[in-house]
Amino acid sequence: MEERIITAIVAVVGVPLVLVAYIWGTEQLLRVFPDGAKPRLRPWLWMLPALGFLGLFLVYPMIGTIIASFQNTLGTAWVGLENFAWFFGSPDALSALKNNVLWLIFLTLFVVGFGLIVAILVDRVRYETAAKSVIFLPLAISMVAASVIWLYMYQYKPPGAVQTGTLNAVIGVSGAGPIPWLQVQDFSLNTFALIIVMTWMWTGFGMVIISAALKGINPELLEAARVDGANEWQVFRGIVFPLLVPTLVVVGTTMIITALKAFDIVYAMTGGNLETDVIANLMYKQMFRVGDFGRASAVAVVLLVAIVPIMFFNIGRFRAQEAVR
Amino acid sequence: MRSTYRFLAPLMMLGLLLAACTASSPSETEGPGASVEPGGEDLTGQEVTVIGTWTDAEQESFLAMVAPWEELTGATVKYQGTRAINDILAAGIPTGVLPDLAGLPGPGQMAEYAAAGALKPLDDVLDVGTYVSETSPGIVELGQIDGTTYGVFIKAAVKGLIWFNPNLHDYTDSPPATWDDLIAQGEDNQGDAEALWCLGIESGDASGWPATDWIEEILLHQAGPDVYNQWWQGEVPWTDPAIQTAFETYADVVENAYGGGTNAVATKFDLAGDPLFADPSGCVFFHQASFITGLGAFPDQTAGTDYNAVPFPAFNDEFATAVEGAGDLFGMFHDTPAAKSLMRYLVTAEAQDIWVARGGALSANANATSYPDDISATMGGMITNAEQFVFDASDQMPTAMNAAFWQHMVSLTAGTETVEEALAALQAVADDAYAE
Repeated sequence: MEERIITAIVAVVGVPLVLVAYIWGTEQLLRVFPDGAKPRLRPWLWMLPALGFLGLFLVYPMIGTIIASFQNTLGTAWVGLENFAWFFGSPDALSALKNNVLWLIFLTLFVVGFGLIVAILVDRVRYETAAKSVIFLPLAISMVAASVIWLYMYQYKPPGAVQTGTLNAVIGVSGAGPIPWLQVQDFSLNTFALIIVMTWMWTGFGMVIISAALKGINPELLEAARVDGANEWQVFRGIVFPLLVPTLVVVGTTMIITALKAFDIVYAMTGGNLETDVIANLMYKQMFRVGDFGRASAVAVVLLVAIVPIMFFNIGRFRAQEAVR
Repeated sequence: MRSTYRFLAPLMMLGLLLAACTASSPSETEGPGASVEPGGEDLTGQEVTVIGTWTDAEQESFLAMVAPWEELTGATVKYQGTRAINDILAAGIPTGVLPDLAGLPGPGQMAEYAAAGALKPLDDVLDVGTYVSETSPGIVELGQIDGTTYGVFIKAAVKGLIWFNPNLHDYTDSPPATWDDLIAQGEDNQGDAEALWCLGIESGDASGWPATDWIEEILLHQAGPDVYNQWWQGEVPWTDPAIQTAFETYADVVENAYGGGTNAVATKFDLAGDPLFADPSGCVFFHQASFITGLGAFPDQTAGTDYNAVPFPAFNDEFATAVEGAGDLFGMFHDTPAAKSLMRYLVTAEAQDIWVARGGALSANANATSYPDDISATMGGMITNAEQFVFDASDQMPTAMNAAFWQHMVSLTAGTETVEEALAALQAVADDAYAE
């Protein structure tokens, strides 16, 4: 117990002390430079610890992963492009790639679409806060917990037996089904069933951001349009939507990255079976089940290469917006 | 390069890291009076980290099994149960983040871990003479590499049992001699039962393994132990007619399964046998290993009156006596005094008797015989007396092969792949997996 108290005191007092000492140290160091160079050097010295941590925990492992992707199972010999040849020649890997494209397109469309619709609808009702809270709530649930909830939603029992799954019980009332939602590979129904779970979780996020942007639109603009005789659809199409586009792009790019990182839901709900695998699961399997570091790294590099253009697009967008301000 | 993994892998399994770090510092205070007998040592305050595949009821049984040891020595067992044991150990071997004792997926992985130097030999830890004399030779051999013992079975199971509900018809009256006889008897006595077989292969991350057991049993009794062993060693290709016949026999079973292949894929393996006890029954037969009696609806039923089992029948008289077993192979990664003492304790008949008496487990130790019912006792005898004994084939395949086997059994059962497609895909994986 005493040890812990000492540790706590050291942390509370020591950490700020180290920070102050660092700032003081940099000022001492800056003395040796001419006055003109100081303002340019100071920010770099202040950023140095952060850059150091980024380098150690992000850049260094990333370079290591890229190197490993050109090496064999345990990283003992160079194998050239063999790991990438495996990736693009394996039906499982290509199916995972295809599923990620489905995730990317449909998760983004669903979240942006539903988020926009809900944001506009709740904008006009009195109990807006309550409605928004309910829709936002799933975002606070962990992915695995959400998967367990939806496993009960999708549960399947053979025809004739009592349907304990919510969806099959509901459609059973009309005499239809039961449908094995997570087992039907046709038209990737099972992958869509998983995308819906993610949509359920993230629609609240899209709604909150879009709703905030909606509140930011000058009401006088809308008023002027209405006075000029525009109907509600024309107001939306001609004024509200164009003003929301930058926000929709931000939500969209966030969702694209979320889709590329999809892992938990697939792992917890189908284990990637019946062609529901995605790239992140493939990487996990190669690394932790098969223990093939080369292939796992190659999969990671493919994922990285897929994300980089989106990151650049995002940064470009951000710069353009800053320029307008 | 390796230092990269040292960062990455522990981050992915922080929980284990924390658990292992606290206990992996070997104590240097092994007293001069430390005796070989378990319980003769004072290990107060020491901890042994153990990971295994047992959760829920099985976890309780394991903890009950180690409780007397904890009381005797004063040490504590920190147990973590997870089905993802392959993944944890595969990540732990290169990084060194390992528990003191762990369940090993199979003899193949045991050899890999021993070759990597991570697994400690047990010859100096156990009283080998007693261990060998008490344990059936087939089991002892499975835990050895070149005569050195690296793994022991603290619990075993007989695979390939056909369970039925004697209230419908008692198949022990005239045990089916052959597979065809079993099917014919089942169809004659089906009555109101909806289907011939109960089948469920869902098991989270490891979905498909119950179906691989099916293939193994069929192959073992159709083609015999030699083909069986050559098959998992990669010497008989997946496209071989013997393998194809086994797969086709399994496809017939799926066709006659309760709810069909779709339901089999959607049903958890431990709950799959429950329709046996429904009214009217969902099925006549249910194939699963002996450990099923500790799972699903089985513990609520009475052994002998509500459920019973017959051994997997032969397709060919020659292979009638072959038995497939499985078990929880246990190995040691850190030779701390407490870990050694626990290992010594776990192989004793007294320790194994505790779990055996609680049900759901068999022991390879001939002196552990406190079975709760006659059925378990008979099955225990099947292990200690087996003439032709083989170990679970899929557990001995390279990990990539095993994972693909699980995956394609799910696709085949769901009907999204034909037998030919599944076998061609598996052979493609085999060409790659066995080459390494």
